[in-house]
Amino acid sequence: MKHYEVEILDAKTKDKLCFLDKVEPNATIGEIKSMFHRSHPQWYPARQSIRLDPKGKSLKDEDVLQHLPVGTTATFYFRDLGAQISWVTVFLTEYTGPLVIYLLFYFRVPFIYAPKYDFTTSKHWVVHLACMCHSFHYVKRLLETLFVHRFSHGTMPLRNIFKNCTYYWGFAAWMAYYINHPLYTPPIYGEQQIRLALIIFLFCQIGNFSIHIALRNLRPPGSKTRKIPYPTKNPFTWIFLLVSCPNYTYELGSWLGFTLMTQCLPVAFFTLVGFMQMTVWAKGKHRSYLKEFRDYPPLRSPILPFVL
Amino acid sequence: MSAAAQGTSKAAHGDVAPKKKKGPGALATAYLVIYNVVMTAGWLVIAVGLVRAYLARGSYHGLYYSIEKPLKFFQTGALLEVLHCAVGIVPSSVVLTGFQVMSRVFLTWAVTHSVREVQSEDSVLLFVTAWTVTEIIRYSFYTFSLLNHLPYLIKWARYTFFIVLYPMGVSGELLTIYAALPYVQKTGLYSVTLPNKYNFSFDYYTFLILVMISYIPLFPQLYFHMMRQRKKVLGHADDYSKVE
Repeated sequence: MKHYEVEILDAKTKDKLCFLDKVEPNATIGEIKSMFHRSHPQWYPARQSIRLDPKGKSLKDEDVLQHLPVGTTATFYFRDLGAQISWVTVFLTEYTGPLVIYLLFYFRVPFIYAPKYDFTTSKHWVVHLACMCHSFHYVKRLLETLFVHRFSHGTMPLRNIFKNCTYYWGFAAWMAYYINHPLYTPPIYGEQQIRLALIIFLFCQIGNFSIHIALRNLRPPGSKTRKIPYPTKNPFTWIFLLVSCPNYTYELGSWLGFTLMTQCLPVAFFTLVGFMQMTVWAKGKHRSYLKEFRDYPPLRSPILPFVL
Repeated sequence: MSAAAQGTSKAAHGDVAPKKKKGPGALATAYLVIYNVVMTAGWLVIAVGLVRAYLARGSYHGLYYSIEKPLKFFQTGALLEVLHCAVGIVPSSVVLTGFQVMSRVFLTWAVTHSVREVQSEDSVLLFVTAWTVTEIIRYSFYTFSLLNHLPYLIKWARYTFFIVLYPMGVSGELLTIYAALPYVQKTGLYSVTLPNKYNFSFDYYTFLILVMISYIPLFPQLYFHMMRQRKKVLGHADDYSKVE
């Protein structure tokens, strides 16, 4: 069996960082990353980007050495992706924040509102309902992170956790402040409005969960395969006929429901900003589906049926 | 380490074609030249207006009123520059340009126009003068660049005058916002209080204070960015001829 020689150069300076000899032809990039890590302990595999071309795309961990367009002496280029943090850690942190922060405002912990309101509860029942919905939403997200989602990437850059937590925690505090405020004004159309809002919210929560389960089932445990999602027996997944990323569609719906329920402008802002970000993600996902699959259903839009 | 390996053939330079930046087409260039000429003229009008008013009155006081309308018109007109970036005929970032123009428009309308009492402050003259000189140079710079006939003097001015004009403008802006604070607090200008049916509140007084604080991280970054640009552009003065 012919062994390969692998040299790894810095993508920017072209310095020789590492030379590996007697590498098995069926070695994967992931294994090469581990070997590289041994000679450079500060660069754990998750922060290594290995490519064939200094400006090219990163190779995947699953790529096999002998199937790459390299000679028996292979040259790879390395870029440091920076400190990495696992997706699971980021999700758990960014979702636990809103859960806890909202409750601080709900229970009117001291130093938020005037002292005479400390530890009092709102007289409006919609405020209690909103707390339950908000908490349910984030508990659902935490459980999905732990038990449902199958992540393609193990890690993301460390700086993302600060950015993401600022966003989630900041908005949660801003919304919670007004909803739980002693001077909160309940929805204009009262019980009708709240009931409709709750129905929309619950419908979309179930829908969003259904999509997460459907996406999970596309992917066998421990794999990173990508397949086109299709409607299943669950009616909540039939929206796949019209939309590539119905999880985002349902998420938008949930927050529209919550906005209607609380009739609170900051909630509307949060919904709007979230929608803008999810649209960007949906368009990206839609584009990569189209690129990867020739037979991708043409009727589908990224996030809003026929519209966006 | 082994002897220098051949490396893959792809490692040779020139293998990745540089992305060719599509400049504005002929029509867009003509439009941009007209735009920049008009803006240069507009700010010249403001400059002349300031000088004439000063000569007529014999004092620096209250010159704002003599140029209030052209200032509002031409400063607000700069919003078009955000559109230029968005459409792609100008290669700048929409976000950066938007931020810069919005801060000017904010000072013009949401502070100076809205709080009458600050209009007679000397700090207003300070930032108006800084803006006027900066914009005359900047717009003529763009005009000449588009026509591929950029006199070195203009380039030099653009990358040198800011050294004084930037701090001058920032001082004028901060002093003006500071002067506006008591009136905003007293009248509750642009503020929304609870309770209301949108369950929202906004305190413009606090907002203005936060704006002032934001100058602390932002101003040095922008200033040193211009300094770096200056070194890059003027640093190789010997590479460029004095005219053209």
